[in-house]
Amino acid sequence: MKSFKIMLSASLVAMTTIGAAQADKLTLYCSAQEDWCQLMANNFQDATGIKVAMTRKSSGETFAQIKAESSNPKGDVWWGGTGDPHLQAAEEGLTASYVSPMRDQLHPWAISQAESADNKTIGIYSGALGYGYNTDLLAANNLPAPSSWADLTKPEYKGHVQMANPNSSGTAYTTLATMMQLFGEDGGFDFMKGLHSNINQYTKSGSAPIKAAGRGETTIGIVFMHDAVKQAVNGFPVKVVAPAEGTGYEIGSMSIIDGARNMKEAKAFYDWALSADAQNLALEVNAFQVPSNTGAKTSASAPDMSTIKLIDYDFKTYGSSATRKRLLKKWDDEVSVLAQ
Amino acid sequence: MGLAGFFILPWYGVEDFFLFEWLTEGYPFDTDYAPAGFLLLQKEKIWLSPLIFPLFAPLLVLKNLKTDPLYGKVLILAGAIGFSWLMIQGFSIGIRGWNFEWAKLLFGDLEDRQYGMGYGGLIVASSFLFIFTQGIAARGAINGDVFVVSSILGVVAIVTIFVFFPISKMLTAAFITESGNYSVLVFASKFFDDRLWGLGCLWGGRCGVAWNSLFLAVLVGFITTILGLVFALVVTRSGFRYKRLLRTLTVLPIITPPFVIGLALILLFGLSGSVTTFISDIFGTQPTRWLYGMPGILIAQTLAFTPIAFLVLIGVVEGVSPSMEEAAQTLRASKWQVFKTVSLPLMRPGLANAFLLGFIESMADFGNPLVLGGNFDVLSTEIFFAIVGAQYDQGKAAVLAMVLLCFTLGAFYAQRFWLGKKSYTTVSGKGDSGVHPHMPRALSFPVLALALIWAAFTIVVYMMILYGSVVELWGVNNTLTFKHYITAFSFRLEDTGIRWSGSAWDSFWTTLKIAGIAAPLTAIVGLITAYLLTRQNFVGKNAFEFGTMLSFAIPGTVIGVSYILAFNVPPIEITGTGVILVVSFIFRNMPVGVRAGIASMSQLDKSLDESSLTLGANSWQTFRRIILPLLRPAILAALVYSFVRAMTAISAVIFLVSAEYDMATSYIIGRVENNDYGLAIAYSTTLIFVMLSVVGLMRLIVGRTEIGRRTNQSPNNK
Repeated sequence: MKSFKIMLSASLVAMTTIGAAQADKLTLYCSAQEDWCQLMANNFQDATGIKVAMTRKSSGETFAQIKAESSNPKGDVWWGGTGDPHLQAAEEGLTASYVSPMRDQLHPWAISQAESADNKTIGIYSGALGYGYNTDLLAANNLPAPSSWADLTKPEYKGHVQMANPNSSGTAYTTLATMMQLFGEDGGFDFMKGLHSNINQYTKSGSAPIKAAGRGETTIGIVFMHDAVKQAVNGFPVKVVAPAEGTGYEIGSMSIIDGARNMKEAKAFYDWALSADAQNLALEVNAFQVPSNTGAKTSASAPDMSTIKLIDYDFKTYGSSATRKRLLKKWDDEVSVLAQ
Repeated sequence: MGLAGFFILPWYGVEDFFLFEWLTEGYPFDTDYAPAGFLLLQKEKIWLSPLIFPLFAPLLVLKNLKTDPLYGKVLILAGAIGFSWLMIQGFSIGIRGWNFEWAKLLFGDLEDRQYGMGYGGLIVASSFLFIFTQGIAARGAINGDVFVVSSILGVVAIVTIFVFFPISKMLTAAFITESGNYSVLVFASKFFDDRLWGLGCLWGGRCGVAWNSLFLAVLVGFITTILGLVFALVVTRSGFRYKRLLRTLTVLPIITPPFVIGLALILLFGLSGSVTTFISDIFGTQPTRWLYGMPGILIAQTLAFTPIAFLVLIGVVEGVSPSMEEAAQTLRASKWQVFKTVSLPLMRPGLANAFLLGFIESMADFGNPLVLGGNFDVLSTEIFFAIVGAQYDQGKAAVLAMVLLCFTLGAFYAQRFWLGKKSYTTVSGKGDSGVHPHMPRALSFPVLALALIWAAFTIVVYMMILYGSVVELWGVNNTLTFKHYITAFSFRLEDTGIRWSGSAWDSFWTTLKIAGIAAPLTAIVGLITAYLLTRQNFVGKNAFEFGTMLSFAIPGTVIGVSYILAFNVPPIEITGTGVILVVSFIFRNMPVGVRAGIASMSQLDKSLDESSLTLGANSWQTFRRIILPLLRPAILAALVYSFVRAMTAISAVIFLVSAEYDMATSYIIGRVENNDYGLAIAYSTTLIFVMLSVVGLMRLIVGRTEIGRRTNQSPNNK
């Protein structure tokens, strides 16, 4: 206790010199779903007594905000949201590197992603890419049930498939990168071209296609499978498909913001968020991702990762901004301009 | 006053200022809380010391007469030097010492640093400005009118700080290469992109984003102006019985949070929408996705922006003096001739302003294209996703924002050109009696029919929304339930009072508070600006007018990001506070106040002011006693609009909300993203009712204007 007090007063002294003379608070930027964010913030507050001020924004918005604030950071920890912007932030030096003592409890995919980014980010959950279809619409149009990526390029699905625009959505960029890794770059682009002729709309946001499928506005939506599961659990007529060829995945990540005002609290949150207990909270809010802590439980409704053929996703290459820019430009120039 | 700011209030921003904790924590000597005077005594922040001289200088000449040239000179000098030094030091010394490399070279490394200005700094800055304006007025500028001079400079100062400064900061991004250098080539390559200007749609392909936006905005501008005029005519110049109902209906869309109209349209006309299914069942046609794209956006925007045109036009249509029309009738003009040659031309300022607003709103609209856009891309969504999407390309966003700005600028000048230099004054000091004639019959039928069709359509859309908030899962499970309202707005009565346990209360109260603060401020700034623009002549008036329109023309996303860029660092550090939200609302919504004010004021004869001035009143008294009361419709429009927009705005807000200051709309979007449509719509419905009652209340407080002695106006004619 005494050492804690010393630490506290030391940090107090340290902080008065920076300006804000308040201890034991944490500013959390959260990019997961609202209720999950709330639950994480409340539970961390209960567990540690550290007061959490949480702001929820999508991962792209949070990235833009952290970048804009970089000369005078306001946030401490960024939790949740797809890994791409986290990797981008790491590449631009917006986040700080930290090796948590909790690391040995994590799945190897989480660790390898962290290592690819200089330990500036870490995986907290993962979700496989796939698609979902609206069972009512499929029946109404007398279409066979698709089961693989290749099925989606068949002519009978013309005008029935929806995916997000890779220029605006991390989910769609993951799709693009997955195809490169599944079929090779040429084969991947051939696939994207085939898919393009069946697409009825490229949405802006990543999870929009499956929401549209749920409401019956499109037959098939390409999304992360946990988003599709969520629609089904919410009562929409959606069936989830894990494509037969195998598929890529995202790693929902967490990063400490470089120059955080409450570094000590940020690290405390970081360690806590990697614990099995904290990750089990996902079960309470219908989040169907797979947690990164090996001891954490996965929801029974979640897609069973052991039955899904996962590719060995290369985060180092496909997360770098050079590759991203090149692939997006190629997609822009060669795919998006084709007639539909 | 400036001295008090310098010596008593803390110079730098203090967290939780109003708790007054800083009084006990080392004030006045702790560097974080000390006023500037004490800082200097401790030989810290020496760069503040030059500020002392201009602060004391005016005291020396206080005894001198106002007409003494020395008096004016000293005040001008003191004000100018003080203010500019304040700015220079503020921008050049930041959190990490010097902000500019050359300063470091010149003066050597600075050990010290400073944070954002607090109340002390704010008061000192404004007193310098005041001293300066006193000086100029004393020197005889604008007839030595202190009120006019200080309001001109005041508005210029705040517009510069809160509009030009952040926007220019953002736009410089257009010229920055990836390695951080400035280059015109980068700008050119992004600007002349085929995606932006391509004309593929002329031969069956797809057009550039810029053309899409332009085409859409022009269409929306025309349609909303016509519909707005239709409603204004029905309300003021017809014997239609249910005017009041119609009036409420037209205001509904403006108070609807974003996404809701879009969602309702999808549920009606989407691929699985109820109307679509109904029609395909009857005619056996294959349902299509026609809604997604231009048609959908057009419908939604017309629904949403017609009320704005209506609010602008109603004041103008009411303001056209009946005596002119009567004069025409006396000269044996038919009703139709009167309408065409007298009434309509006199409404031109209103029509032009309504079109401009519709055009700009459509350009900057973000929610509707996002939901209904399909593959029809427009500038505003492109800008948003250039910033937050997978490209992380702020430069591209800046270039697109510039294109958007150019269009708005173009529309602005086209409007000026069309209005020309004619006079539209009809309300003068002379006797003004009579009643507006009704519309010519040939006109009244189509007008009434159009208004009724539109009203019916609006009612259907809103019934859908209301229905959506009380069913289990919209479109899937149609069991009636109140659970969404309960989740959001439950409360318990406890010993300590009411406990607001619903999940939406926090953002609800914040939103009300922020909107409540922002609305009157917006109206004040807007109307003062309008007064200056129509009634005073000064150098740079055109640039000034454009500046006030600027923030409105730029999409919220750009404003949001540029506000973060500009106000996250000293000297003005207000991100994460409620202040930044209030400020962004004031400057985003001020243009409506300005437009409505200008439109109404150009109808008021200058002789009214002149007679007041001749009778010895100063310009402030004239503004308050003569012009203000005649401006009630404009005041109402500004108040209502800014309040409502503060409650429903989304794109700028999304970057500016923080944990403590969450807004209703960002909460709603979070829910929509999470598929809680029921909750989102229930919350929106509640907001709609709250806004309806607030708008009603405002109408009651501001009261109605009696222009002229039109005693036998029908009671509905409000």
